[in-house]
Amino acid sequence: MTDLPDLTSVFESSGLVDIAYTLEDSPVGRLLLAATPRGLARVAYLEPGDGPGEVGEGEVLTDHPRRLSPRILRAPARLDATRRELEQFFDGRLTSFQAPIDWRLTRPGFTRAVLRATNRIPFGETSSYKRVATAAGSPNAFRAAGSALGSNPLPIVVPCHRVLHAGGGLGGYTGGLDRKKVLLTVEGHQLR
Amino acid sequence: MASPRDRRSENLTSGGRGALKQQMDRPLELPPFQMLLDTYAVDVHRFLIASVGRDAADDCYQETWVSALRAYPRLRNAANLRGWLLTIAHRKAVDHGRSRQRAAWPTAELSELPASDLTVELLGGSVWPAVAQLPAKQRQAVALRYALDADYATVAATMGTTEQAARRNVHEGLKRLRKEYDGD
Repeated sequence: MTDLPDLTSVFESSGLVDIAYTLEDSPVGRLLLAATPRGLARVAYLEPGDGPGEVGEGEVLTDHPRRLSPRILRAPARLDATRRELEQFFDGRLTSFQAPIDWRLTRPGFTRAVLRATNRIPFGETSSYKRVATAAGSPNAFRAAGSALGSNPLPIVVPCHRVLHAGGGLGGYTGGLDRKKVLLTVEGHQLR
Repeated sequence: MASPRDRRSENLTSGGRGALKQQMDRPLELPPFQMLLDTYAVDVHRFLIASVGRDAADDCYQETWVSALRAYPRLRNAANLRGWLLTIAHRKAVDHGRSRQRAAWPTAELSELPASDLTVELLGGSVWPAVAQLPAKQRQAVALRYALDADYATVAATMGTTEQAARRNVHEGLKRLRKEYDGD
């Protein structure tokens, strides 16, 4: 077996990496973080294993070539700031993510408006599907707001976990309710 | 084209193997570049070692992948990504050959070359120094054919020749190698 030269730094300094990504362990499991030169574009939960439930980097990145660019490489340097921020967030030391966001993987229109409204819910507070729908300009579209949140390409950072049912129920979560509970607990909520 | 070599390459991709396969079946959808790197890095490196020698292989390898990354979004056909990469590697090897003429082969490092190949075994693993002394076209063709198990269509496509010329280059290269060994 030959030793392959590591090209990571060559790629990083080439200016040709349109999407840089890295894999990062966190209290809510392994995450894929991806950034364009504009900012953080994707946070995804990976599911280990070989079965049908497996979600690997290939599955997560599968539509990015078409939607953004096929120049996608594992290149961790661009994600350093986000990784530090996530670490601080899970330690309860960070209440607002500062790294810029690239919104292009969110669907323009209502979906993006819902996610931007969600992004304004402060750390430690919660909102409802109805309220984010209203903030996005369509008070009656709370179901559509639910699917918009379900399509959130930036979970944790764009805090869709802060949106709950108006009656107090947890509602849904793309990454599973266990993750939603961990995130709410990090923010100081007491969950039964 | 599904040689055993291809199947082995596929196994090198960690995770998302299904996704890569799926995307490769749809020629216009380019997979993320990282998947190409994961899948074909070994082939590209091995080809370059066989065609320019270990010392120069790493530079050519780097140039190959940066060129490929630059050109990748403009690629209009994803049906043969391995062939596309090997064509770029071939061009880098040719450029290298032009700038340095034919480099002496670093004999001491030959033991590191894969010895699974039938031809290599037949000749006691010592064939590659002799391959390095072949004229450029024969050297490239033999390297593709026997270091990568490429079929003649692939050799031809990679080197931009006809299949007939590919066969001739391999044939002439082997003939010359045999002569050298018979003469010993």
